[in-house]
Amino acid sequence: MQFLGYLISGISLGSVYALIALGYTMVYGIAKMLNFAHGDVIMIGGYMVYFTFCSRGWNPLLAVLFAMAVCTLLGITIERVAYRPLRSAPSLAVLITAIGVSFLLQNSAMLLWKSDPKSFTSIISLPPLSLAGGKLSIPAETIVTIAVSIVIMVVLLWFVNKTRIGHAMKAVSEDRGAAQLMGINVNGIISLTFAIGSALAAVAGALLLSSYPTLIPTTGAMPGIKAFVAAVFGGIGSIPGAFLGGVLLGVIENLSKAYISTQLSDAIVFLVLIIVLLVKPTGLLGKKTAVKV
Amino acid sequence: MAKKNGKTRKKSTRTYVFSFSLILVFWAGIEIAGNLGMLSSKMLGMLIPICAYAIMAVSLNLVVGFLGELSLGHAAFMLAGATAGVVFYNGAGLTMHQVPRVIITLIIGAAAAGVFGVIVGVPVLRFSGDYLAIVTLAFCQILKNVLSTTYLGVDSKGIHLALEQSSFRLEPGAKPLIKGAQPISGINKISPNMMISFTVGIVLLLLTVTFVLNLMNSRAGRAITAIRDDEIAAKSIGINLTSYKLMAFISSAVFAGLAGVIYVLNLSTLDFKKYDYNLSINVLVMVVLGGMGNVPGSIIAAALLTLLPELLRDFSQYRMFIYSIVLIVIMLFNQAPAFVQLRQRFVAKIRGKNPAGEEPVEKADGSYFEKHGKEEE
Amino acid sequence: MKKVITVALTGALAASFVMSAAAAETIKIGGIGPITGAAAIYGSNVMNGMEIAVEDVNASNPDLQFELQFEDDEHDPEKSVNAYNTLKDWGMQLLGGTVTTSPCLAVGAEALNDNMLLLTPSASSQDVIDLGDNVFQVCFTDPNQGTASADYISSQKLGEKIGVIYNSADAYSSGIYATFMAEAEAVGLEVVAEEAFTDDNSTDLTTQVQSCQNAGADLIFLPIYYTPASQVLIAADKMGYDVNFFGCDGLDGLLTVEGFDTALAEGVMLLTPFVADAADEKTKDFVAKYAEKTGGDVPNQFAADGYDVVQVLYAACEKAGVTSDMDASEICEAVKAVLTGGDFSYDGLTGEGMTWDASGAVSKAPRGMIIENGEYVSLDAE
Repeated sequence: MQFLGYLISGISLGSVYALIALGYTMVYGIAKMLNFAHGDVIMIGGYMVYFTFCSRGWNPLLAVLFAMAVCTLLGITIERVAYRPLRSAPSLAVLITAIGVSFLLQNSAMLLWKSDPKSFTSIISLPPLSLAGGKLSIPAETIVTIAVSIVIMVVLLWFVNKTRIGHAMKAVSEDRGAAQLMGINVNGIISLTFAIGSALAAVAGALLLSSYPTLIPTTGAMPGIKAFVAAVFGGIGSIPGAFLGGVLLGVIENLSKAYISTQLSDAIVFLVLIIVLLVKPTGLLGKKTAVKV
Repeated sequence: MAKKNGKTRKKSTRTYVFSFSLILVFWAGIEIAGNLGMLSSKMLGMLIPICAYAIMAVSLNLVVGFLGELSLGHAAFMLAGATAGVVFYNGAGLTMHQVPRVIITLIIGAAAAGVFGVIVGVPVLRFSGDYLAIVTLAFCQILKNVLSTTYLGVDSKGIHLALEQSSFRLEPGAKPLIKGAQPISGINKISPNMMISFTVGIVLLLLTVTFVLNLMNSRAGRAITAIRDDEIAAKSIGINLTSYKLMAFISSAVFAGLAGVIYVLNLSTLDFKKYDYNLSINVLVMVVLGGMGNVPGSIIAAALLTLLPELLRDFSQYRMFIYSIVLIVIMLFNQAPAFVQLRQRFVAKIRGKNPAGEEPVEKADGSYFEKHGKEEE
Repeated sequence: MKKVITVALTGALAASFVMSAAAAETIKIGGIGPITGAAAIYGSNVMNGMEIAVEDVNASNPDLQFELQFEDDEHDPEKSVNAYNTLKDWGMQLLGGTVTTSPCLAVGAEALNDNMLLLTPSASSQDVIDLGDNVFQVCFTDPNQGTASADYISSQKLGEKIGVIYNSADAYSSGIYATFMAEAEAVGLEVVAEEAFTDDNSTDLTTQVQSCQNAGADLIFLPIYYTPASQVLIAADKMGYDVNFFGCDGLDGLLTVEGFDTALAEGVMLLTPFVADAADEKTKDFVAKYAEKTGGDVPNQFAADGYDVVQVLYAACEKAGVTSDMDASEICEAVKAVLTGGDFSYDGLTGEGMTWDASGAVSKAPRGMIIENGEYVSLDAE
């Protein structure tokens, strides 16, 4: 019973990682860049929900939609101003710029909203799900987060595989030059990818903070890094891989805290990651890419 | 072919001359100004950090620029070197004369970082690209985490090592060398005279630059460059990939260890928390800003990026906000093709040359770039 | 060409660091702490507290004026030393800082070299005052807090089975934890769960709370700051785990977290030197000024510590007859002599009758508080 309790809290954390990792992997898959600022877009989304829902009492759904709109706009702007001029520059240059954007978002948030912590009210007002005669309870936030992650995963898979724009995205991801020759608007597709990724970040922010309610300007940084790890764990670029990697990462983290050592749980998580990658170098669900000579 | 070889040699000589004169001019300028008492305390205080970051950047350039692999865990080697060095410095070295004490500390730091480089390098170099990046990051987090739960001390019964506070008992009066997450303090400076410490830093920087430039212009260096440019072709002509990759990786780790030692000896305190991926990323920014594979560039970028936040002090809490904007603008200006062309045209105009002419774009020549970059054209 | 420009630029940057001398009219006080970065909340509070105190002391006596400059260190030892050197170039004569422990260890070593008096508002590690005889604290030293907490819990019989949740990557938290455990063993407290977290995995603290519950703890000791503590309280509430909490001065600020349901903090006990809603004139006055300065914020104990630092330095300077033409080393000796002279005591926001001995540690009585109906109530009164 204790084990199940720990497992559930692991899944709660994992579902949040999974949701963030989906946005990460989406942008990585199409734009081929590690968007280090993703975690900070989540933080901005969190503040948007905080100011509308927690402070002004908006309808939670409306608040999340508002945050999604703000983050979409932010994502497109960031892409347009900071990343697009570097489209044909080395990808490491974009990586560094993304780090600059991440600093910029954190420091802007600090100047705008100060650094004191804000406690987030959960946007989910449902009671927890009781199991085994009340001995176990699964927080409603966890159930909603998992459900939302699965829905997003399925919709993304459908979108990428079945729609025309999705096909265009895949084409851009496979070979940008060829896609351009085929008349695909590469810049438009990448902007769209950032728009979707940032909208997902807003949802992730709202749900992350519903489960773990401390909101500060650096709130997004660590979950962002962990989600990056989760995305690599599951096979970066793979949408189901991001989900699986996220959930597993959360479960491993919490079980090692519960049964091995709370002090060493970071080390254990990363050790498991290394071992998994040694056995399966492209992550759990990653595609093996053949090297062309 | 012969002509091309001649040209490369000339270019490498130019790099040597430029790098050494850069470092020596910097050193001489500071020494003169320092002895005339013209330097502010702030400048004096930043000399060693600048040397340490320059060594970090040059050594990381070996992996990122020359080997063409992205490492996000360079801080781990700095930490390994610093910790091992300090344990000796504050432990067995406490009663020694300062000169051998510092030298042995440096050797121990470099060796420890080298050993950790082997431990990390062997598994890590099986990966490439983002996977390698994440695994180096993972090793850095592991080292930081394990050290923050380590307790180490010496008393009359011998050495005590524990991973938990509760099982760590020292005799009264014995001073622990590592006490978990609490920063190690009371580390004496190399010398109370900053100019002497600074000279040590410069000597180490010269050592690093000499080694890296020599390595790059040796047979091994050409093999490493070949691996970067085309791994399969390199393999097919019989280059042993693993041993050359390891060579670059471990050398890089050793110098990061040296940087770690002078850094903590200067700071008088060692807090494991600082050596995380943020530090690795800062060093990476220096490498990219200075130009991949460009040794003097790394040194200049290290100095600039260390000085920049200090120059922005007048802006108080807006400081880091402005720093981040400056960082983005510099990257755009330096790397965006539109800006690069604009700059070239401008330079060409000044020199009265054909815009398509001589001045080569100082574009990066790392394979990490080209692997992804090529298909984006 | 690019190289030439860059080299020229570097040279220009370097040149701008060359010293410029300034004339001193008043006594220059330096302050160092994080006002950007993840720990910015602590530094900003101290900075505001110090600024208010400087306004107060300058108004109190026109003959002795303080001028304050506060520099950012991002909670990083290297940046902190840079901040210290910046202040030195400015002409600092007394240092009220640094706010956090690990930067303070680096700056303390420099201050020792220069014989600069350092009075830290909140760097509470024992190592800080062990650096040298010119380093003093306004806050309690960590070991004292750990020992006092264990003694308090044991003597007041607040709990039978104790769980501890602490930050193992933080000097403040692991320092208190260490001495708490030693004292708990000495006084026979039964500690059933020792759970740690680090800054890297502090997103989720549920597992740690679950482990305490599973071990049957009826009191959880929280030697941590109020931000993670609010997470612990929320997690325990969500799990329906009815348990008492006991914390140290880091817990102060809990009630001021924006959006936090203060009902969850009901019954939380803490040892703290400062409470923002205390009824005495001094605190009321300070809280009002603080709100006016920051647009409605409530000061936490860091702000109060910062305020006291300036007040203590001022009182000591007045008593020692410090004048603005004295250099830092002379002022250091004079102030040190007053602080450790035996007849100096100061009634501040964070304690009545604060005195110092040569070790640099402050002696003041910790106050046991309990949160009832969203307010602090003294535990001792019961």
